[in-house]
Amino acid sequence: MTELTLVQAVNRGLQEAMRSDPDVVVLGEDVGVNGGVFRATEGLLKEFGADRVLDTPLSETGIVGSAIGMALYGLKPVAEIQFLDFIYPAFDQIVSELAKMRYRSGGQFPCHVVVRAPYGGGIKGGLYHSQSTEAYFCHTAGLKVVIPSTPADAKGLLLSAVADEDPVIFLEPKRIYRSVTGEVPDGDQRVPFGVARTVRPGHDVSVFAYGAMVPVATEAAAGVEAEGISAEVIDLRSLVPLDEAAVLASVAKTGRAVVVHEAARFCGFGAEVAALLAERAFFSLKAPIARVTGYDTPFPYALENVYLPDNGRVAAAIRATAQAG
Amino acid sequence: MGMPSRPTLIVRSLVAGRRSVVSSTAPRSAPADPASEALGGARLLSAYRTMVLARALDERCLALQRQGRIGFYAPHSGEEAALVGSAMAMEPDDWIFPAYRELTVALVRGTSLQSVVDQLFADAGDASKGRQMPNHFAFREQHFVSVSSPIGTQITHAVGAAMAARYRKAPVATITYFGDGATSSNDFHAGLNFAGVFRAPTIFFCQNNEWAISLPRERQTRSATLAMKAEAYGFPGVVVDGNDVGEVYRAVRAARHRAVAGEGPTLIEAQVYRLGPHSTSDDPRRYRNDQEVEAARGRDPIHRLRTELTKAGAWDDARDAALVEDLRGTIAAAIARAEATPPVDPLSLFDDVFARATPRLEAEREECAAHPAAERKSP
Repeated sequence: MTELTLVQAVNRGLQEAMRSDPDVVVLGEDVGVNGGVFRATEGLLKEFGADRVLDTPLSETGIVGSAIGMALYGLKPVAEIQFLDFIYPAFDQIVSELAKMRYRSGGQFPCHVVVRAPYGGGIKGGLYHSQSTEAYFCHTAGLKVVIPSTPADAKGLLLSAVADEDPVIFLEPKRIYRSVTGEVPDGDQRVPFGVARTVRPGHDVSVFAYGAMVPVATEAAAGVEAEGISAEVIDLRSLVPLDEAAVLASVAKTGRAVVVHEAARFCGFGAEVAALLAERAFFSLKAPIARVTGYDTPFPYALENVYLPDNGRVAAAIRATAQAG
Repeated sequence: MGMPSRPTLIVRSLVAGRRSVVSSTAPRSAPADPASEALGGARLLSAYRTMVLARALDERCLALQRQGRIGFYAPHSGEEAALVGSAMAMEPDDWIFPAYRELTVALVRGTSLQSVVDQLFADAGDASKGRQMPNHFAFREQHFVSVSSPIGTQITHAVGAAMAARYRKAPVATITYFGDGATSSNDFHAGLNFAGVFRAPTIFFCQNNEWAISLPRERQTRSATLAMKAEAYGFPGVVVDGNDVGEVYRAVRAARHRAVAGEGPTLIEAQVYRLGPHSTSDDPRRYRNDQEVEAARGRDPIHRLRTELTKAGAWDDARDAALVEDLRGTIAAAIARAEATPPVDPLSLFDDVFARATPRLEAEREECAAHPAAERKSP
């Protein structure tokens, strides 16, 4: 075990994957000499050389498109998109090509690329360094989407992502890149996809969160405990595939659900969780499902703290849900 | 010059899918001087036969679509020399990143005619399991990568695969096919730029057929040629007469030598003419006149090669008539077989989304299976 920040854990995950498999290559803007703008790829160029750590021209479609070609040939590319907000030039490559290559070829051309991108607000990044648009990718058949919230999960999910046979969108909560530290197992210790993590158990209300909202939800849950409310916090961490069993089991116990994410509410991932509960846990529910999310506005610069769910908003939703019905 | 002693046998090898047109004629060697390489003798006759097959297939498939027997078709008439010449210049370990007008390339590489026809019918024999519209082929064995409809997206894939091949130190080149319209796409720029920067062993083969659906070449770009765009990316671009199979072959062969020698990519602009519609959904009379098409027919690559072979004493009208008749029979047999092949299994809908279906997909498969079979219809 080693104590690491989340971004250090990403770095160790990449290092571990590259050490164990020469087919793993890393490419993206400023990932080599500069070690990535967040330093997620620091030291990789020195250890693995320019054949495996490629500083690319400034073109997201070029990064993902060439990564697809590498994967078709048999390599395991890990492409970095500098900010999730900049991924859209590659959106066609991701949703039309990467996601569909295996399916459209009848399984003849599997295409395993990991696309890493820092996402989310809280760093004073304004409109284009803050968005949380995971739902676009969750909506596309053929992509797996995972979001760690702890250093151990960052490394463990990343190792699973590189070892997976399918394309993976790996979103990193940059707001907690350095503010969260934790013990990370050494070596090739993978965290499987499709398995949620219970952050704290509880029996009155289930709170579902992921990424940078996990610490916020956990703090709120701890805060309402003094009021006699026992809130269970579940880190979904794997949005596709989703651990539906864990979501349903928690609500079967509590009968009450709050979903927290920083993405906009309308058609956000919380809507899918709410629909799952309405379809399959309706008779367990004792209260309306609450969503605490970013608002349905573009991401603001000056009003970032108004936009993002915080302890107060999440705690209020937990209280209201606990008392409803 | 050798005579085409067994055209029937060679065509059958296409159907059986065990041998390519190329390998069924003469083994290839790789001379040191690419300039000395030329298509001749039996290989030129082989090229001609494949071109005639391609044309005959086009004629038949357009009719099949009009009869409602296949859903769509994108013809390649007028581009046969460019397709055959370029494909014959590539080696079996090379990778092909095609657009949707390149079925002939797959045939040259040894894909069976039956496999091609099965894809058009999206039947249970389709290697891609009926997942795509006609002309969107994928043939793993021939390194013929899955085709998509968005324009130009395969260009960056070819570059990435070439980079991967070089990383593995494999003597492999990749070739990607696209049209004049694709030179305006994001991935054309990204792909050529990456290839230049990384000196990727890639051949960018642009079939400039003068029309991107309704938009003529001169409305696509103000560049005097498409090939000249390569200069800005730091590597050579060449214009070839795409109606001359030998010229195309030599240009691609030279580009391939450059690629595997580590000298980087090449852009080749093959100037051809799309004699037919963009696809069966298109009516070209809305945007171009008959005189232009008639003028292009005068440059028909098949007529041109036939004249050349006939002048050389290697071909004659009787052989030609026999070949055409034979090919039509072969195509008819493949179509009959496809029409007798069952449709794809409805529950295969859920396969290949991922390497293994997720619990959610398995639940959806069960949900789908619960519907009465009569409600399910194949395309």
